[in-house]
Amino acid sequence: MLKLDAVAAGYGTFQALFGTTLDVNAGEAVGVIGPNGAGKTTLMRVISGMIRPWSGAISMEGVDVLAEAPHRIIELGIAHVPENRRLFPRLTVEGNLRMGAFTPSARAKFAHRLEFVFDLFPRMKERRNQLAGTLSGGEQQMCAIGRALMSDPKLLLLDEPSAGLAPVVVQQVFELVQRIRSGGLTVLIVEQNVQQVLRVVDRAYLLEAGNIRASGASAELLASDTIKQAYLGV
Amino acid sequence: MNARNLLLGIVAAALIALPFVYRQPYHLHVMVLILIWSFAYTSWSVMGRFGLVSLGHGGFMGVGAYVTALLWNHLGVSPWIGIPLALLAAGALALVVAYPCFRFRIIGHYFALVTLALSGIVLQVITATRDQTGGSLGYTPERTKGSLLVALQFDDKETWYLIALAVWAAGLVIWYWVDRSMMRYAMEAISEDEDAAAAAGINVTAEKLKITLLSAVMTALAGALYCQYQMFISPDTVSGISVSLQMVFAAVVGGIYVALGPTVGAIITIMLAEGLRIGFGTQAVGWDNLIYGVLLVLFIIFLPKGILGSLLERMRAPGKS
Repeated sequence: MLKLDAVAAGYGTFQALFGTTLDVNAGEAVGVIGPNGAGKTTLMRVISGMIRPWSGAISMEGVDVLAEAPHRIIELGIAHVPENRRLFPRLTVEGNLRMGAFTPSARAKFAHRLEFVFDLFPRMKERRNQLAGTLSGGEQQMCAIGRALMSDPKLLLLDEPSAGLAPVVVQQVFELVQRIRSGGLTVLIVEQNVQQVLRVVDRAYLLEAGNIRASGASAELLASDTIKQAYLGV
Repeated sequence: MNARNLLLGIVAAALIALPFVYRQPYHLHVMVLILIWSFAYTSWSVMGRFGLVSLGHGGFMGVGAYVTALLWNHLGVSPWIGIPLALLAAGALALVVAYPCFRFRIIGHYFALVTLALSGIVLQVITATRDQTGGSLGYTPERTKGSLLVALQFDDKETWYLIALAVWAAGLVIWYWVDRSMMRYAMEAISEDEDAAAAAGINVTAEKLKITLLSAVMTALAGALYCQYQMFISPDTVSGISVSLQMVFAAVVGGIYVALGPTVGAIITIMLAEGLRIGFGTQAVGWDNLIYGVLLVLFIIFLPKGILGSLLERMRAPGKS
């Protein structure tokens, strides 16, 4: 579904990704794990068009993503839940969700999608008229994911959904990811919470200093010594 | 027809009938000024309410006024063609200034500074080309004998009152139209978080450009109208920094989040200026700017929603303070 081929990217003169190649198949949940500063967020931003790669190719279902203007990439079925959620704090929950369905094609399906998101997150329905900035951290994450789902995407990019949340809420967020993918959505998730994320995804890539160091099925990675030592602390 | 529409109809009829019943020329003159400036302030708030604080709208107003007058005097182009050309010129200027700003994400205070420079530059250009524009001494479109529709010159105040009323009403309609459109949601999202808005599929640069163009072109129309009505323009009255700041002041004081806020702001600024002029004459030159400055600070701290905005809020929620 999504293919990245030797993508290099960075900011100014600083290079964050050194020829990253990865692919995500339809219906899969794929994780990208790695330490701080490995380039995980950059990877997400490159896919959703928020920054342009220096070189390499990205395609979504055979369509060249880089040929599209950034605001059109969402129309290819890629929805990005940015790091730190990035809600619109002074808009209501419903206002935020409305923004998720901003593109003309999504606007046509607005009522239908809203129902879908409210089914998935009944809490959001209760709080639809509350300002998003006044939600708790976990609710904000739900709202951010809901906003991304409003565009009826095929591929959901989740950037550190567990960041800054209490352990019990982290658990809920991962359960949610599980539910979303069982609904048939393809998910690419970036996480530092390695143990948790490897339970949810089918496969994962290990990204270190802008390079893919390892990849494989979750079970393999959970069992691998390097990962155990470096990330799981066992 | 519900009560709201009925009320709207009565107010509209009263406003239209007014000059035929009440003919005191000075009061009509003040009302025309209030209507024209209300429209200018409304134009500013169309973008200002989304956090796009422009301190350069005097520049757009100046372009609207001067291009119309220069075309008429030098080339004999009727304002009916001159005004659309002036609006195009203001739109082009807005594009030249705003596109690089938005493309390279010059936002917040930095955007305000760039626009501040814009109003300074327009002022300098008018002053520097004094052979054509009259410089700081001001400029007068050539008079026709009596009222002439082609020249958009009318001797009677009633006609001008009706023209200004129509344009002002059109400004309010545009304000409502923006308020109801997807553009408003997009702009609110952009003003909160440009990255998140982009991730939601909003073309941030294009949305900001659209609203800026709309606002600039409207402001230029206010300038052209002011020029045709007053038949005298000078850099101090239709361009320059003090005019730009006056727009910000009036819009903020009246309330930038409600349609009639800028109109309330215009009533206050024009009454203040006229009051000072009549009460103190030439002694009070510049006082209004001083008062604007002090009031602006007080309003931003204590009444950020403006007079009308705060008032409406109180009325809607009488229980809460």
